[in-house]
Formats: sequence, C-alpha cells, structure tokens
Amino acid sequence: MDGYLTEHPILEFKRGKRVRFYFEDREIEGFEGQPIAAALHAAGIRVLKYSDKYDRPRGFFCAVGKCSSCLMEVDGRPNVMVCMEPLKEGMKVRRQKGRGRL
Amino acid sequence: MSNNLTYSNIDICVIGGGPAGLEVAIVAKQLGAHVTIIDDNPNLGGQLVKQTHKFFGSKAHYCGVRGFDIAKILTDEVIKLNIDVLNSATAVGYYDNDTLGILKGDNFFSLKAKRYVFATGASENMLTFENSDLPGVYGAGAVQTMMNEYGVIPGQKAFVIGSGNIGLIVPYQLLQAGVEVAAIVEILDKVGGYHVHAAKIQRAGVPIYLKHTIIEAKGKDCVKAAVITKVGDNFECLLGTEKTIECDMILIAIGLSPLCELLYQAGCRIDYIPDLGGHVPYHDENMMTSKSNIFVCGDLACIEEASTAMLEGKIAGVKAYESLYGTNKKSDEIVTRAKKELSIIRSSPFEQRILFGHKKLKSSITNN
Repeated sequence: MDGYLTEHPILEFKRGKRVRFYFEDREIEGFEGQPIAAALHAAGIRVLKYSDKYDRPRGFFCAVGKCSSCLMEVDGRPNVMVCMEPLKEGMKVRRQKGRGRL
Repeated sequence: MSNNLTYSNIDICVIGGGPAGLEVAIVAKQLGAHVTIIDDNPNLGGQLVKQTHKFFGSKAHYCGVRGFDIAKILTDEVIKLNIDVLNSATAVGYYDNDTLGILKGDNFFSLKAKRYVFATGASENMLTFENSDLPGVYGAGAVQTMMNEYGVIPGQKAFVIGSGNIGLIVPYQLLQAGVEVAAIVEILDKVGGYHVHAAKIQRAGVPIYLKHTIIEAKGKDCVKAAVITKVGDNFECLLGTEKTIECDMILIAIGLSPLCELLYQAGCRIDYIPDLGGHVPYHDENMMTSKSNIFVCGDLACIEEASTAMLEGKIAGVKAYESLYGTNKKSDEIVTRAKKELSIIRSSPFEQRILFGHKKLKSSITNN
C-alpha cells in the first residue's frame, strides 16, 4: 500500500478496512468504500479504459463524477464511473474497450 | 423501484450539497420550509471537503477556517436541523410536469417539489493540445480530490497550466503532500490569482512562466513530459521557443463551467456571459431564473468563490421560501444582510468582471 499519503501537515485520513479486489486478473488491495479509481491510482494504474474510435488509453479527468472519462467494467457491468463507485471486497474491475457491451 | 410517495410534499428541493446548496437548505429550513437536499456524493460539503486552505474575508465568511472544516460546520447544521438528505443520488432529468428524475444506485424515481433551488456547481474546463487525452492529464481539482480527500499520492512530479487561484493553491498543496512541482504556465502576462498564493508557491521555488502555454503532452500510456512554448501578443505560439518539462501529471487549471444541463432541460433561459463563466442560467438579483419555481446559486450562477456561493445560497433559500409563504421580518433581514455582504466582496477590483457580467445578464433580457 505504497501509493497512499501517510503523513500530512494538515490532514488525517480515515480509511475503511483493507479489502482485496481484482484489476484485470491481478489481485490488488484497497480500502473499502473509497472510489475504485482512487484504489487503482494508488496501485499505480493510470489507464482505466480505451477510447471508442481510436483505441486510445484514457484515465480519469475530473474525479468527481462529471466527465465520464473513467468508465470501466465492474463485475461484468460496463460504464461504471469508477471515480464515484465505492470499492467492495472481491470486485472484478476491467478496462473497458469502447462503449462497452450489455 | 419507484417510490414517489416517499418524496411528496416537499416545499424546496435543493440540488447539490456544496457550500451554496447547504446554505439554501439551512436558511429555508430555519424559516420553516420542508426541505430536501439531493447530492451525488456520499457526504455533504461539495468541493469544500478537499479544500485545505484557510479562507479569506471577514469572520462572518469563515475567515481563517479551512474549507473542509466549513463543510463540517454546515453539515452539522443540516443534521441538527433534521433536514432530509438524499445522498449518493444524482438528479438526472427534469420533466414536463416539473418533476425531477433521480438515480440512486440502481433505483430510478421521481420527486416533485414546489420550488427547486439548483446549486449544482461547475465542472473543470478541458484544454486541447496534442495528446491532451493521455492518462496523467488531469483537472487540477481532480488531483486535489485524490490527494486531499482520498489520501492517494497523485504522482511524482506535476506541471500546472493556469495561474488562477486553483492553479496556485493546488501545487502548493502538492508540495505539502511531498509531491514535486516542475512549473506553472500562464498564457497571460500576469498571474491570474491572488498575489499571496503566487508569492507562496514562488517562495517554494516553483517557477511561473508568464506568456507561455502547453502545446503537447509526451508519453505512450501515461504522461512523461509536457512541451511548452512562449506565446506572442496575439496568443500565437512562438516557434523555436519550445521547452520540454519532465512530469508525470499535467494539471489543467484554466477555469470552470457552470453545470446547467438540467436547467436547459427545465426550459430555463440560458445566456452566454463569459464574465460569469460561460453559459449561465439567467437569474435576477433574487436568484430566480426565468421560471418562477426555479432558483439558482453558487458556481452554477456565476463562477466565483465558496464565500460568495454561500451568500447567494442564503438569498436563493430565502427567496424560494418567500415565494411560497411570503416575506417576514426574519427572512427580510437575512436577504438584506446577504446582499450587503455580497456587494462588499464584489466591490474589490478582483471582482469587477462579476459586476460587469451581472450587468450583461440584466440587459440580456431586453436584448433577446
């Protein structure tokens, strides 16, 4: 869990319990209830999906649920806004290609 | 799925639980209205929750208090007043019969209120340049969210575009979190934000390049560097002045745009007034839009500061209440004071564009 701030002059961070989840087929640790995007970013994962037309890598942009740049496939469901979706134990998160299939 | 009945009989529905929306709810509830707040986050406070800097101004405007503490003060007040809150819920549509469609998890339902006060805030503007869609090109506010709200190390080395207050404060907060900041570029010939913020970041050794802009992000799957150039008097890039700055994050801090989609849908009149932030809902000095059941406040009405958003929230909350139950001594007092405080803040030379923008807004109704 190297990707997190531990000491800060002003802030104290309250985090949920440690949980395990899957990114592609890799097992990763995160904190329950934090947005999935935060857990992925802390684990060094910047590419969250590939664009519809030109297959270009995309990461988050706004991190507050407004821009739709971070849509991923979570537990088989496409178009999940991972900057808002809280992390749960055992979640299976995948990079989305294009618009996603229902 | 649908539970209309639970949410009937609402006097005032507030959309957005940031500084503006919370003030709306608090004053309206104190006056006796039945209020419901809808917010898409699990917690109230809007963007205040990630603001670690101390506010300026007078004591009445939380001077010296950090943003996240203001969020806590307002949230505690909401709880104390027992105001209904629908959190993790997004207002997704405004329908013909003046109902609001809400999505909460997998549930979609509608809600009808006598008055709506929209306090949806704003979203960060994007800038286009080569590779501007690469992961690592982030809104400055997004980095602030990751770092200050979730405690995630956002990256190793940041590069910032824009020297408004966000472009000056966020890099300072990055330094506080132990992240390196390579530089800030500003396309104009002077810093956009307050001098105190600029001085602080420059003292820390971060250069601010005036009359410079970004032309390209380098990297394959993630940002590795930014290419900047000088710009001429007509903002043209001066070839031959390119400079490559190594970084793994490019923060875009070039301004915000009001989130007025739902108001378009509601049929509210929208005007284009760059001084207020672009497309903004028309509103009068009582924050009423072109529809008499819809009010607005905060960044949605005009891109400004949290302190002015809170004052506008008070005005909007009282006026929405008065439109239902009439004026009384207490309601009148709140509005008079809030308007007076707003005009004091806006008399500063920094706020001239806001006054200019409001003048345009007023005249636009006769021009169109």
